[in-house]
Amino acid sequence: MIPELGHFALALACVLAVAQSVMPIVGAHRRDVRWMATAGPLAAGVLVSVGVAFGCLVWAFAVNDTTVSNVVANSHSAKPLIYKVSGAWGNHEGSMVLWVLILALCGGAVAGFGRDLPTALKARVIGVLGWVASGFLLFIIFTSNPFDRIWPPPPDGQGLNPVLQDIGLALHPPMLYLGYVGYAVTFAFAVAALLEGRVDAAWGRWVRPWSLMAWSFLTMGIALGSWWAYYELGWGGYWFWDPVENASLLPWLVGTALLHSAIVVEKRDALKIWTVLLAIMAFAMSLLGTFLVRSGVLNSVHAFANDPTRGVFILALLMIYVAGAFAIFAWRAQKLAPTGIFAPISREGALVLNNLLLCSIAAVVLAGTLWPMFADILTGAKISVGPPFFNLATAPLAIPLVLAMPIGAMLPWKRGDVWGALQRLWWAACAALAVGFLMLVGAGLPVWPAIGMGMAMWLIVGATADVADRIALFRRPAQAWQRAKGLPRAAWGAAIAHAGMGVTIAGIAGMGVATDTLIALKPGETARLAGYEWRLDSITDAQGPNYAARRATITVSRNGAVVTVLEPERRTFQVDRQTTTEAAIHTNAMRDLYAVLGEERDGAGVLRLHHNPLAPWIWFGAVIMALGGGLSLSDRRMRVAAPAPKGATAPA
Amino acid sequence: MSDTQAPPPRSRRWMLYAPLGFAAAAGAGFFVMLRGLQTGGYNPRGVPSALIGQPAPDFSLPALDTTSLPALSAADLRAPLAAPVLVNFWASWCVPCIVEHPQLMRLHREGTRVLGINYKDRPTDAAAFLTRHGNPFSKLGRDEPGRVAIDWGVYGVPETYLVDRQGLIRWRFAGPITPEVLDQELRPLLRGYA
Repeated sequence: MIPELGHFALALACVLAVAQSVMPIVGAHRRDVRWMATAGPLAAGVLVSVGVAFGCLVWAFAVNDTTVSNVVANSHSAKPLIYKVSGAWGNHEGSMVLWVLILALCGGAVAGFGRDLPTALKARVIGVLGWVASGFLLFIIFTSNPFDRIWPPPPDGQGLNPVLQDIGLALHPPMLYLGYVGYAVTFAFAVAALLEGRVDAAWGRWVRPWSLMAWSFLTMGIALGSWWAYYELGWGGYWFWDPVENASLLPWLVGTALLHSAIVVEKRDALKIWTVLLAIMAFAMSLLGTFLVRSGVLNSVHAFANDPTRGVFILALLMIYVAGAFAIFAWRAQKLAPTGIFAPISREGALVLNNLLLCSIAAVVLAGTLWPMFADILTGAKISVGPPFFNLATAPLAIPLVLAMPIGAMLPWKRGDVWGALQRLWWAACAALAVGFLMLVGAGLPVWPAIGMGMAMWLIVGATADVADRIALFRRPAQAWQRAKGLPRAAWGAAIAHAGMGVTIAGIAGMGVATDTLIALKPGETARLAGYEWRLDSITDAQGPNYAARRATITVSRNGAVVTVLEPERRTFQVDRQTTTEAAIHTNAMRDLYAVLGEERDGAGVLRLHHNPLAPWIWFGAVIMALGGGLSLSDRRMRVAAPAPKGATAPA
Repeated sequence: MSDTQAPPPRSRRWMLYAPLGFAAAAGAGFFVMLRGLQTGGYNPRGVPSALIGQPAPDFSLPALDTTSLPALSAADLRAPLAAPVLVNFWASWCVPCIVEHPQLMRLHREGTRVLGINYKDRPTDAAAFLTRHGNPFSKLGRDEPGRVAIDWGVYGVPETYLVDRQGLIRWRFAGPITPEVLDQELRPLLRGYA
């Protein structure tokens, strides 16, 4: 009964979404207030129906309803409840429902919080969100129904992939989808602005919170995915330039560019065509990721079940939304006449540089990800593009970007003075050079990690210098506290996010000097790595809730003093007969000691031991970045209604 | 930035169509890939073996003395063969090999010759594995040092090669042969080269 209710709710949501995609837009076109007024209630109706459908799906998983084929394929009664629930979105069908639920939440939020939006713009934004929602609801209902019944019901499910039974992965998709879907809102704003033929400062102000929200969640989502790969896949790596990882990085890069160019629209009334294009591109990249992961055109550790018919459907949706938006863009963009003047050396000039570099990096990553696939169909050549290409091609673009970050943040609007900004940054530059030099000569690091450390220092001290300068910490220390309290949260957020980037870069540089060893040890034997003695005490059997494990006990000591005891496991899940390795990690925030238990032979266990300096900083920095985004989002300017410009309610 | 000056000149209007052009080209390419997935013209799974279309590399492996199966050497893969054969790299410590085993047993029962190469394994463990799960192999070589696997370019176990009647390698599959792989890929190939 409950699954039928869910199925019905999906169908209802689909009908409402189709209405949502037509009525408000027709109303805005005809300037009919009553038709435009349907936007809010329709968005709310879609939200409620999708919410009910999602609740039914979670229910079916929680009670392990084996008459639902999706539950049979992806769940099992022996699983802990939390993974039963997270299993609801750990598969293709369920994750699509979650995707649409988040989209409906965004639509509801635009309807609920957008009271100050001009009625016509709001109606068009909600209408465009309706296009996206109805397309994906049709996709779910026709190709990926999560409520399909199976009869007779099997006694129990076939289990969830044990690699996916993990807290990091339970949270990773919702975070990522909040990011992806957030860009659906900026996309809707961009298309609505094109339909209206007007982009102004107020538009930039409404787009900013959405791009900030999407960016913060996407940052967290990518960090969670990378963290999961680090501790669960047991390779000791954190980023593999895997096509699916790149697919999540692309919207992040474009979205970061959008975040910055929207400021220019808001403050200087310039870069309008470019910002609209970026808003469309950010969502196009999100959809491209969805297509690549779910259609089976690429092979990856992360890919979902592959089905070419689904692929054709997603491709059709992708082309309708992206090509449709680009067509509207080509037709209407020249109406977005710029008004602001522009000096190259200024805050807006620095933001243009930021945009150029970020988009170049995105272009490189996109080319590297898609080229092997296109080379295959064009020339039949099988090539693989791996980390060496990406590292080599992105570094020359990332370095100037990082160098420009603190300088750009210090330049004033309209007319800047690089020399003045550098004078205020001289101590950051000194600190960066000193750290880089010390790391290279003093600590004997290789060149690239030393450069990375210097860069990290430049960003962190540069962000501090920016804040110190704004609150006049050194010139008038007595009033600094007052000024710090008065500083807009957006300024704090920007400085914090930039510093977070520095922390992440420090972590990546630290991983550049990570050491590891692969060694077979018998109980009682000792290995040495990075100044630590790793003694294998024993390898024993252990029993988990739905798996059996072999557990190694390794005592790590340094100069005779015990540092920690690591217990890596190799787990065998009885239901699907799959084996996973559970890495044991000990961290003290400055380095990770990381151990993986491999095969056993002749009483000896094969162990992989890693010493990863500064590894936790990679994800810690991402959390700081997301917090900076959140702080910026809470700025008064974002919460309080933007003063409506004259004639804002009359569509052009 | 084209929008820093007053309205873009007509001659640069085409730039506004560039994103549409890129999206259309990419869409067409993706459509070809999706069609290729269905027709078999496009396969994203890794790089194909360099040995496709080549005869098997020379080797001679000892028999597993804990079983009564005859030893395996490259001579068993030289033309002319009565029917295409499968060469399967496996090990008793490899969990996906257990997943794949029922499919190998099925092929063996249906009369396909499956030749095994036991990779980096202990003879007693390998024999215990075959006793417990059944023996699909008509011949079995023991590659304890893993040298033959290197010559073949094996990714990891399990890995399976199809050798046709002329003794040429026609297909390589890295990973367990699941029922889907058996029905959708392997059986058509076996029929095709029969």
